[in-house]
Amino acid sequence: MSFFNNAKNVLQQNIREYGMYIALFVIMIIFTITTGGTFLSSRNIVNLVNQTGYIAVLAVGMTLVIIVRHIDLSVGFLAGFMGAIAAIALVYWGLPVYAVIPMVLALGAFAGLITAFLVAQMKIPSFVASLAGWLVYRGAILVVTEGTGTIIIPDAAFNAIGNGFIPDIPGLDAFLPGAHKLTLILGVLAIAALVWGELSNRKKKQSYDFEVLPIDMFIVKLIFMSVLIGAITWVLAGYQGLSWTAVVVLIVTLIYNFVMSQTVLGRHIYAIGGNPDAAELSGINVNRLIYVVFGSMGMRSALSGILFASRLQSATTTAGNLFELDAIAATYVGGVSAAGGVGKVVGSIIGALVMTSLTSGMNLMGIGISYQYMVRGAVLAAAVIFDVTTRNRGK
Amino acid sequence: MNTPLLEMQNITKEFPGVKALDNVSFQVAQGEIHCLVGENGAGKSTLMKVLSGVYPHGTYSGDILFGGKVQTFNNISDSEKAGIAIIYQELALVPELTVYENIFIGHEIRNGFMVDWNETIKRATEVLKKVKLDVNPAAKIKDLGVGKQQLVEIAKALSKDVKLLILDEPTASLNEVDSENLLNLLRDLKDHGVTCILISHKLKEVIEIADTITVLRDGKTICTLDARNGQVTEQILVKNMVGREIDNIYPRREHKLAGDVVLEVRGWNAYDPKAGRAILKDVNFNLRKGEIVGFSGLIGSGRTELALSIFGNPDGYHLSGDLYVKGQPCKFGHPRDAINAGVAYSTEDRKGDGLILIQDVKQNITLANLVEIATRGVVDNNAEVKVANEYKGSLNIKTPSVEQKVSNLSGGNQQKVCLGKWLFVKPDILILDEPTRGIDVGAKYEIYTIMTRLVEQGMSIIMISSELPEILGMSDRVYVVASGKIAGELPVEEATQEKIMHLATN
Repeated sequence: MSFFNNAKNVLQQNIREYGMYIALFVIMIIFTITTGGTFLSSRNIVNLVNQTGYIAVLAVGMTLVIIVRHIDLSVGFLAGFMGAIAAIALVYWGLPVYAVIPMVLALGAFAGLITAFLVAQMKIPSFVASLAGWLVYRGAILVVTEGTGTIIIPDAAFNAIGNGFIPDIPGLDAFLPGAHKLTLILGVLAIAALVWGELSNRKKKQSYDFEVLPIDMFIVKLIFMSVLIGAITWVLAGYQGLSWTAVVVLIVTLIYNFVMSQTVLGRHIYAIGGNPDAAELSGINVNRLIYVVFGSMGMRSALSGILFASRLQSATTTAGNLFELDAIAATYVGGVSAAGGVGKVVGSIIGALVMTSLTSGMNLMGIGISYQYMVRGAVLAAAVIFDVTTRNRGK
Repeated sequence: MNTPLLEMQNITKEFPGVKALDNVSFQVAQGEIHCLVGENGAGKSTLMKVLSGVYPHGTYSGDILFGGKVQTFNNISDSEKAGIAIIYQELALVPELTVYENIFIGHEIRNGFMVDWNETIKRATEVLKKVKLDVNPAAKIKDLGVGKQQLVEIAKALSKDVKLLILDEPTASLNEVDSENLLNLLRDLKDHGVTCILISHKLKEVIEIADTITVLRDGKTICTLDARNGQVTEQILVKNMVGREIDNIYPRREHKLAGDVVLEVRGWNAYDPKAGRAILKDVNFNLRKGEIVGFSGLIGSGRTELALSIFGNPDGYHLSGDLYVKGQPCKFGHPRDAINAGVAYSTEDRKGDGLILIQDVKQNITLANLVEIATRGVVDNNAEVKVANEYKGSLNIKTPSVEQKVSNLSGGNQQKVCLGKWLFVKPDILILDEPTRGIDVGAKYEIYTIMTRLVEQGMSIIMISSELPEILGMSDRVYVVASGKIAGELPVEEATQEKIMHLATN
């Protein structure tokens, strides 16, 4: 059967790429069975996405940092610190949300540039430079929350980022009651965009006489992805629809994925990770891109801080604790190579989802926190082992 | 006749899809220097890896007899115990450790649980004397030149009581003087009863030193020649290696009067703040349109540093002097500036700072000029494949597809990828640093042909090379660099190996 042969070939060649999706799928099925379906309920999935959000945006930024062979340990407490600044700006300075968010994002980017300065100009190893940042921002959180302790944020618009949902189209209650119509429409649009994009890409490749997937595999892939998006949309629509956190994560992922896979900037970042000396001699300004990568990381930290503060509706003294390690774990689970030069933004998002799914699923099963850590550790090790052993296969 | 020291019988080793060794038989007699030659990919290294146990017993078919006994090595330490030592092209020394620590690494001299450092230093001094290396055993490896490091490797092998010494391309990165020293040492070791297998691409030195020569081609033994009677010539070897005759590997080219000066350097000085010393002193030279200018000189004479100081100065030297490109005074702060001005530099170390080994052929070719195939910062992936395929065709890069990782290509094809990358930036001035290092005769010829084609199209080439025949065969003019200065300029008609060496060493 040529169909099964095709399927086998495609799977074998891309096992690395598909491995994470399969892992996520398996984990979800296991938890669905062990929790009697609760895991896959709309409510839980929405919660899961919102819980993943603040780690996921960090993991996206961290992906770039690790690709260029660096690390940033400061991002957790930087996120906490930025969350506190946002809270102070809203509560004590009385600034409006639309001013606070850009301001905090800019501050985060600036903080990232300081780390970049230490790494690129002072030639300090990023581990050390960002460890220094880790200490500084940890102290900074305590300083700004010293007088007040936890700062409660009363601003509804701000809190909606971490807890709210996109509005529905009014006046359609009669049609599909209980479902979130705008979410469904967005889902349908996403599927349409996917099919259209894949088709035009295929046509373009064929016009250059390049190799494309066999037509049956192509159709299978399209159906699979459409069903996946459709299913997720349906589940989300069954509760309150798409959350604002999901929207934020989606936008960040789309932008970063586009930059890394389609642009000159992204290609230069991969080149630096692959061989910094060769990149420099090829006319790429390595130092300048270190600033870009750490600056983006700082901005993602600020975004993470905003998402977290908004979700808790407050800024706490311990916000951001261990976020950096969760984000780093997510990127490794997602197939980013510790040696640099290899990794995908989408992979890290899946990695973050895998890690949060584990927490969420085990919570639902009533497994104690001690065992949860061990399981997550084992999954991290297993993911990297899988990654290393499949690295030299395929192309 | 005595039983041979080593006999490899009907060795066949397969990798998925490739037969790397096909029924190879290979004999080395006691006390001889046996050279193994063949193009890259002919199977020389694979054969040595089978011998040394890198590919353990059972992963190949055939028998290995060493000292008359069948051997089944499962790893390198098995073969080392039997008395086989192998020295690879990429040296396996620890730069931050001292000479004596390196010599005894892995087989430290113990005194109970502790390392006996006094005895170690004493024994190291002895063995260094054997290889005629006059360095302080307490010196750090990183402070020694490549030639001396090579000798430390040999000392390390000798310290293990070696019966068979295998050297894989030992002179590839050595200059003529160091190479000659090394070959003399091998002769000396032979007189002391050490048998030696030498893998080399430098046929001249092979003929000079070998007692016996075995030629491999496409994983098969082609012939074994007795080199003692002086009848083996380079031509015979080349013919057997490539299966065809190459009369002259340097393409014939008219040395016509060259055109306008396209690059000129005047009073050029460079100071390396990291090393704390001046590395270039009052360098003056020029390059004309359509010519190949050879830069000869010993390793460490400052040729590469000169090229880098012109090419945007990535190592951050302090520079003074004037640089003119096409008549315009230039100051390049980054390789990007040099590239934009039409200057390209292809490095001597293609794996170290030339290629991105984990990326594929097309990504490497387009790396230095991605903007050419991008619109508003977005790369056109299809155009990229098209460009890469054009260079794959015109440079004859042997790869199943441009989506192959460059780490899977042979040295010669990797070098062509480097060339392709720099040709894609469409430079007027191309600096090639050791363009044929470590690649086989066939690929060398192709690279020379490409260079000839380029200058005929009006490009100007600076070729830095440690191989004198290459300098003499390809250049229109030759500059000799010594101790950071231009020691002399010779038109190629007047240049001879002797004259160049004289200038380079004085």
